[in-house]
Amino acid sequence: MEGFIALYIFMLAAFTGYEVISKVPVILHTPLMSGSNFVHGIVLVGAMVALGHADTTPERIIGFIAVLLGAGNAVGGYVVTERMLEMFKSSKEDR
Amino acid sequence: MQDVLPVGLAHWLIQASYFLAAILFIWGLKKMSHPRTARGGVLWAGIGMVVATVITFAEPGMHNYLLMTTAIFVGGVLAWWTGKRVAMTDIPQMIALYNGMGGGSAAAIAAVELLRVYTGAGLSYEAFAARELAVLGALIGTIAFSGSLIAFAKLQGWMRKVYRFPAQQALNGMLFVALLVLGFLLARTEFPAGALYAFFALALLIGVLMTIPIGGADMPVVISLYNALTGLAVGFEGFVLQNPAMMIAGIVVGSAGSLLTQLMAKAMNRSLSNVLFAGFGTGDDGGSALEVSGSMKAIDPTDAAMTLTYAEKVIIVPGYGMAVAQAQHKIWELTQVLIEKGVKVSFAIHPVAGRMPGHMNVLLAEAGVPYDLIYDLEDINSQFANTDVALVIGANDVVNPAARKDTSSPIYGMPILNADKARNVFVVKRGQGTGFSGIENLLFFEDNTRMCYGDAQDVAQKLIAGAKSA
Repeated sequence: MEGFIALYIFMLAAFTGYEVISKVPVILHTPLMSGSNFVHGIVLVGAMVALGHADTTPERIIGFIAVLLGAGNAVGGYVVTERMLEMFKSSKEDR
Repeated sequence: MQDVLPVGLAHWLIQASYFLAAILFIWGLKKMSHPRTARGGVLWAGIGMVVATVITFAEPGMHNYLLMTTAIFVGGVLAWWTGKRVAMTDIPQMIALYNGMGGGSAAAIAAVELLRVYTGAGLSYEAFAARELAVLGALIGTIAFSGSLIAFAKLQGWMRKVYRFPAQQALNGMLFVALLVLGFLLARTEFPAGALYAFFALALLIGVLMTIPIGGADMPVVISLYNALTGLAVGFEGFVLQNPAMMIAGIVVGSAGSLLTQLMAKAMNRSLSNVLFAGFGTGDDGGSALEVSGSMKAIDPTDAAMTLTYAEKVIIVPGYGMAVAQAQHKIWELTQVLIEKGVKVSFAIHPVAGRMPGHMNVLLAEAGVPYDLIYDLEDINSQFANTDVALVIGANDVVNPAARKDTSSPIYGMPILNADKARNVFVVKRGQGTGFSGIENLLFFEDNTRMCYGDAQDVAQKLIAGAKSA
């Protein structure tokens, strides 16, 4: 991938993140922080690739830690976000 | 080990899945910005995560599958178990913990890549700026890792002290310069193994040193900042691994998190540099210079209940003290009794009413309070003037009129809920002490204010009994 294409991706992603959040009500700040915390759990796939290509013992150990932590980020982030959002109900809905 | 799929097909499937995951993440985040669609949002983002993770097993040329599956299983199960069990009041520190894990993971990826440089194998992808980004991601991810762990320890109550010592900023500055020099070395030339270890050790230390002088009240802003930093680190390592899903998701979170950090800091009347480089709630701010006039007047819960029942309009102002006393269920019960009696009840939430902006909404939602009874500061502040009773429970600084009147107060200029404008103000409070920031609350001395002393849960119980019999 050319360096400039990466730069374009960085630039567009930065604007996207800014736009997606800019209209969020305060009521959702905590779940949204938790939700974005979950989204960067995608680091798990990078950790898997790093461990998958590790050839020496130090690389394997650190790669193992990377996958372990990445999985923790993704799963933990999902569980707490889902638990919080599950409770948001309107009085107009059936409960 | 044999590849799972033919190489060409595997590459195509992986790229297509990452593309789909990126769309689902952005769409999910968008849906998460409205209460009605928020739950669907996290579900879609979750599907994106599962798709991306599963397809990654098909990446050609990989080995260590047993280690990989074990790590995913152990990390996933531990996180699942803790995430399901944590109490809603403890959510902020769990976000810090999971975020720290993400930062640590990004840093560990960078460590593997830099080890490959050290052994002469080279980065997975050598290109313009790839080494610099690997080192930068390592730096940011490591700081987010150790910083988040300290934030977790502080919010969990394992580290109550605020550590401040002379020339702290100068020391941090010097360490940071040393870190940058080491990082430059790693990014440029062949380096000794010692430089690699020193780099990570120093980055860990900086994360700790940056976080220990920050007080508990400012911790939400710090967690949000580290969340953004982890996003950036993930994005940078995504570039090093040429992984578009990581690049997009990481940078989206990096920028969204930065904005969220600013919004939170603004809601708390703090600037980011103030949070990071100055103390707050540590006693060095000095007290209020304004003379307090009048006295605090107590009221019996039964009398308070009577006034509540015959009111037309009541606004409840909950603070974190209510959550500490676990009184939110009782308050919702009281609200239901009052609504049955024809009283119009709404909840006014200050952005920092919980332990972070939006946290109080989560706690009320857990108790069953529907979100359409809950109003933000801007939406409800004008209504206090035609409200019969403002019921303040466990809140203090966020209703302190000193923020409007007293230019010498440390909280001067902070947006507050104008509870003092209501005809009657009832304050449910444990005792006569000052709030989180140690500032005297002028509201408690107003003529229209009555203090209802006691544990929030007990008082709420008495209010319910009183309202029912009225």
